[in-house]
Amino acid sequence: MPGASVFTQQFEVRGRDFANAGRASTAIKEILKEIGIPPATVRRAAIAAYEAEMNVVLYARKGTVELQVSPREIRLLVRDEGDGIPDIELAMQEGYSTASEEIREMGFGAGMGLPNIRKNADQFRIESVVGQGTELDIRIRL
Amino acid sequence: MGDDLHSVRVNPERCRARMACMRACPTEAIRIRRGHAVILEDRCIDCGECVRACPNSAIQPLTGSFTDFARFKYTIALPSPAIYGQFRRDILPGTILRALTRIGFDEACDLTWATESVSVAIDEFLADYRGPLPLISPFCPAVVRLVQARFPALVDQLVPIDSPMEIAAREIKSRKARELGLPMDEIGLIYLTPCPAKILAVEFPPRKRTSFLDGAIPISDLYQPLLAALARETERPGDAEAVKGLGLGWPVLGGQAACLKTEDTLAVGGLRDVARLLEDVENGKLGELQYLECHACPQGCCSGPLTVENPYFARSKILQLVGRYGREPGCSREQIHRLYQQGYFSLPGRFPPQPFPPLDAEISRAIEKRARMKEILETLPRIDCGACGAPTCHSFAEDVVQGRAALEDCVVLTVEQARRHRHTALA
Repeated sequence: MPGASVFTQQFEVRGRDFANAGRASTAIKEILKEIGIPPATVRRAAIAAYEAEMNVVLYARKGTVELQVSPREIRLLVRDEGDGIPDIELAMQEGYSTASEEIREMGFGAGMGLPNIRKNADQFRIESVVGQGTELDIRIRL
Repeated sequence: MGDDLHSVRVNPERCRARMACMRACPTEAIRIRRGHAVILEDRCIDCGECVRACPNSAIQPLTGSFTDFARFKYTIALPSPAIYGQFRRDILPGTILRALTRIGFDEACDLTWATESVSVAIDEFLADYRGPLPLISPFCPAVVRLVQARFPALVDQLVPIDSPMEIAAREIKSRKARELGLPMDEIGLIYLTPCPAKILAVEFPPRKRTSFLDGAIPISDLYQPLLAALARETERPGDAEAVKGLGLGWPVLGGQAACLKTEDTLAVGGLRDVARLLEDVENGKLGELQYLECHACPQGCCSGPLTVENPYFARSKILQLVGRYGREPGCSREQIHRLYQQGYFSLPGRFPPQPFPPLDAEISRAIEKRARMKEILETLPRIDCGACGAPTCHSFAEDVVQGRAALEDCVVLTVEQARRHRHTALA
């Protein structure tokens, strides 16, 4: 049955948990390498996963990153529970950020996260409900 | 990893399967099979952590000995500057070099000038470089192999400059051939190495066909004879001036970075910490740094697995030498600039990516195997006890999927099963 093989794994991410931030994307990267995804593609997926994970850590209460790998594509589904994004178009602009002073002092919140994800994805969809949360669908072709 | 040779081997007569090597290996390249440690060749990066860890000295570096070098008319020892940290604080590098000529070498040449020259060459390279940052030091062969295997997307960030030992060997070999009127192949250059990784770098120099070095001997093998020779040696005028320059600091963590003009450097030792940092680089971080000095050994080469002294003692001795003799330049900047322009320091080609083998060459099968691995992993205790002969439950799950181990090898699962049987029998 061609195309039937799919690998799925979900990772929990907690908001403000800086001690463990980056763990999900590191695990995702390891899995992609074990499967034998070409290094350049792994790097794109790694950057997208890392930025998405950091967005949950920085802005949401909690969330999940789900990795799906099929012979055709890598898919990252990121869902969080948080404040949501009021103006997505604005949020997609390079350098736009709502990050607090505290977050910026830690070296984050430069407004490059979402644009960076879009740059590294072949397909990118973002949906957000203010007061509820945000959902990202990131696809990278193989 | 493509090469059929590695720098260490397990001596089955000494191996008692005590698993210290298996737990110490940073790439999970060791398994216990039928009562002995076995090295998975395609996962070994020759860091030598297993050599250091083994309580029975059962893992031995594949190195030469003096008798192998009898074929040469003239033998020259090129000791890693790490050797200067191996002896009492009052023993000078110049005296150590002379002592080497008392134990069988015709001559011993210092490499400190080469380490400093290479540092200046890195300054030159950084000045013109416009590619992705940070650049990664290419001088620890185990780090280079780690990058090729686990971070193949970063290979082009390894600085394409040849190692001090190779540059010195090339220079010394041609100069000595002229001076002695001997053909180059009758002069044997022997590197005195602090680690197995450098042995391999002599056998398979990165990005080149051949090395100008003819072999390597562990510093630890020469330690006893050298101590004896040093006991008979006294300091002579000129010993203090024999070795100088900031290059003296190369064997300690941070010593390379200290030689550079830029302050945007970071030095990291120990393969696990190196890997953690390279993870960040792979995630697109640390671009504000110019140069990462990476060592497989926690304190740098002075703490290599084939050295003898306590690493902190060795470090302190090297720093003492830097403090005393580091201020005087060991080479001329103008001369290095000219040589750099001529390509004297460059490594040809690029470092090829050499990823660890995937679960399967065919991607859909690899995906299925990874899914099966995840299922198995969820049933395992996740305590990484090692009793199955694999270092972690993760690597055990991989071994099961690849048919290299059976699920029954998991002691915890087997005991649990036996317990359940007993309970049902009693009920």
